[in-house]
Amino acid sequence: MTRQPSRLSRQARIAVVAIAVSAGVALAIGTRASAQQNQNFDAVKMDIVEVRPNVHMIVGAGGNTTVFSGEEGLMVVDTQFPQVSEKLLAAIRSISDAPIRYVVDTHVHGDHIGGNEAISKAGRTRAGGNVVGDLGAAATNTAGIIAHENVLKRLSEPAAGATPVPFAAWPTETFANNKREFLFNGEAVQIIHEPNAHTDGDSLVFFRKSDVVATGDLYTTVMYPFIDEANGGTINGYVNALNAILDITVASNVNEGGTMVIPGHGRLSDEQDVIEYRDMATIVRDRIREYVKRGMTLEQVKAKKPTLDFDPRYGSDTGFWTTNMFIETIYKQMVKEHPPAAPKGNQPRPKGNQSAPTKGSGQ
Amino acid sequence: MRIHSSITVLALAVLWLAASSPAFAQAPAVGADFVGVWQPRYQEDQPERIPGPELRDYLGLPISDAARQFADSWDPSRITLPEEQCRVHVSPYIYRGPTNLRVWEERHPKTQDLIAIKHYHSTYEQTRTIWMDGRSHPGPNAAHTWMGFSTGHYEGDMLVVETTHLKQGWVRRNGLPMSDQATMTEYYVRNGDMFTQVVVLIDPVYLTEPLVKSQEYYRSPRELPAQTWLWVCDPVVEIADRPEGEVPAYLPGENPFLDEFARRHQIPMIATQGGAATMYPEFQDVLKKTPLPPPLPPPQRGAARVTGPPPQTPGPPQNQGQGR
Repeated sequence: MTRQPSRLSRQARIAVVAIAVSAGVALAIGTRASAQQNQNFDAVKMDIVEVRPNVHMIVGAGGNTTVFSGEEGLMVVDTQFPQVSEKLLAAIRSISDAPIRYVVDTHVHGDHIGGNEAISKAGRTRAGGNVVGDLGAAATNTAGIIAHENVLKRLSEPAAGATPVPFAAWPTETFANNKREFLFNGEAVQIIHEPNAHTDGDSLVFFRKSDVVATGDLYTTVMYPFIDEANGGTINGYVNALNAILDITVASNVNEGGTMVIPGHGRLSDEQDVIEYRDMATIVRDRIREYVKRGMTLEQVKAKKPTLDFDPRYGSDTGFWTTNMFIETIYKQMVKEHPPAAPKGNQPRPKGNQSAPTKGSGQ
Repeated sequence: MRIHSSITVLALAVLWLAASSPAFAQAPAVGADFVGVWQPRYQEDQPERIPGPELRDYLGLPISDAARQFADSWDPSRITLPEEQCRVHVSPYIYRGPTNLRVWEERHPKTQDLIAIKHYHSTYEQTRTIWMDGRSHPGPNAAHTWMGFSTGHYEGDMLVVETTHLKQGWVRRNGLPMSDQATMTEYYVRNGDMFTQVVVLIDPVYLTEPLVKSQEYYRSPRELPAQTWLWVCDPVVEIADRPEGEVPAYLPGENPFLDEFARRHQIPMIATQGGAATMYPEFQDVLKKTPLPPPLPPPQRGAARVTGPPPQTPGPPQNQGQGR
């Protein structure tokens, strides 16, 4: 196929792509909200999967919910869409009627925090002394909502045109450093922040004694990594987060079981499943990075089909996060990481397709 | 190669195997007894099952374009990563390996009803449960395992097993992937001290048609030493200076070793790339019209070998597979 010479410089074309990708992501979030509106929540059923006797995964509408139970009460990680809060609460109550003490948000997206208000109001906080003296019943009549501080920032400063989230659904306890950890139900619970991955406010929740990690959307089994640039996400941060999950998990000597992984969406997993997903994300990122380093345009990169081997498993031509958007976002970020060199006179541009064989990783 | 393509072939094979079993005509209330210690017969599949398939040997496999790119980009160095050194062969593949197989039954202590048939593979120390008590498979959100979730029933004397919830694994261990969406149906037929396992693998991600293959096992007359049943895997750092987070892989279309298999065996490249068309007899007509690739140059004395040991006696190069 013969390419027509473009009247735009490469820098100009990259700028056009950057604008298009940004618009695409903004559109994606809008489309996601639209998809929420179109979803038939009446038909949603809650599937409760026992991970450990005291840790359950609930799959319903939106992100997966994790319920950690014990003698002190319940911790609920992520609360799905608001339209299914009643069903989610019923599912939680079928696991345990102990008081809900904490809600934890793994990130800011509405399909993970939509039930914050309802689930929090169904819970109770342990409090006493001058806290109760100052606040009265308000000090104890809801469960605390824990999240990284960037979640609160995003919710309290919504983007123009975005629907504000009710104040009662906002986090009540935030942390600004890389980790919040405490003992609950006789078990160390670590809420670990992974910077600039899916968003800029992502957290893993690791139940150390139960040996279960809830990842939020830092790992899913149903789609390519969703890099929400508008909320601070990056592909490099996402790959780092996947490797951070693998640092936490310990499998048996045959790479199965051991630490169990509750994904943001999809089925229950273990370390090996995360390895496959990490490999996919790393390989695709590294391919596009190498093509960018060779000076290829976005169209040339797409023509190389850098995701072909994974498309039937994770790709999509429709919805809020398409394969094209995944490629375009990585391309844009790799161009930022490896900006094109300034033109030198009339030197010919490198011909990427005729380069010597090159490994895709670690170059 | 004992890999066929069509359901028709499968049906004929299964009927023939079942009919040749002495118990077929008797239609017993319970199926054949598979309890015991079994070892594989490799026959003409030995190059694939023992040293392992060569790179880009996808002959006669109904793989998708996605599978081909996955395998063409696959770098064997990937299994030097500590977290990937102990990865297990999934149940649709593990029976192809050099594995000892122990089969026993679990029966209800009071009723002696058959609850499950157990398979223990010495390779990777895998225990597989085939539930025979009529239970259903788990839902879509349950975890996947190397062996998957299996249920079985007898059709006459033949054991039929359905497996779901598999982890991602290999169709062939030269990088050809099997996805975690794959499902498998197996047919076990016993004839004296042999049994034949016919496998029908369906993978909507990496296969365009069902993959049908068969294996034979013979009954060991005696128990094997305990150590032959063990597979201890302790991952170690094999490449000390590897950058953290690196996943070895070739860029699509830039793996320099993809033509070795075709050139070594003088097979047209169009055949080695696999695909459903390469399974059918009509493909022979295509082969006749397709030029052969240039042969590999003969190995130089003293030069590093690319594959296999050198010939023991003067003569043409031996067709050794690449062991891993």
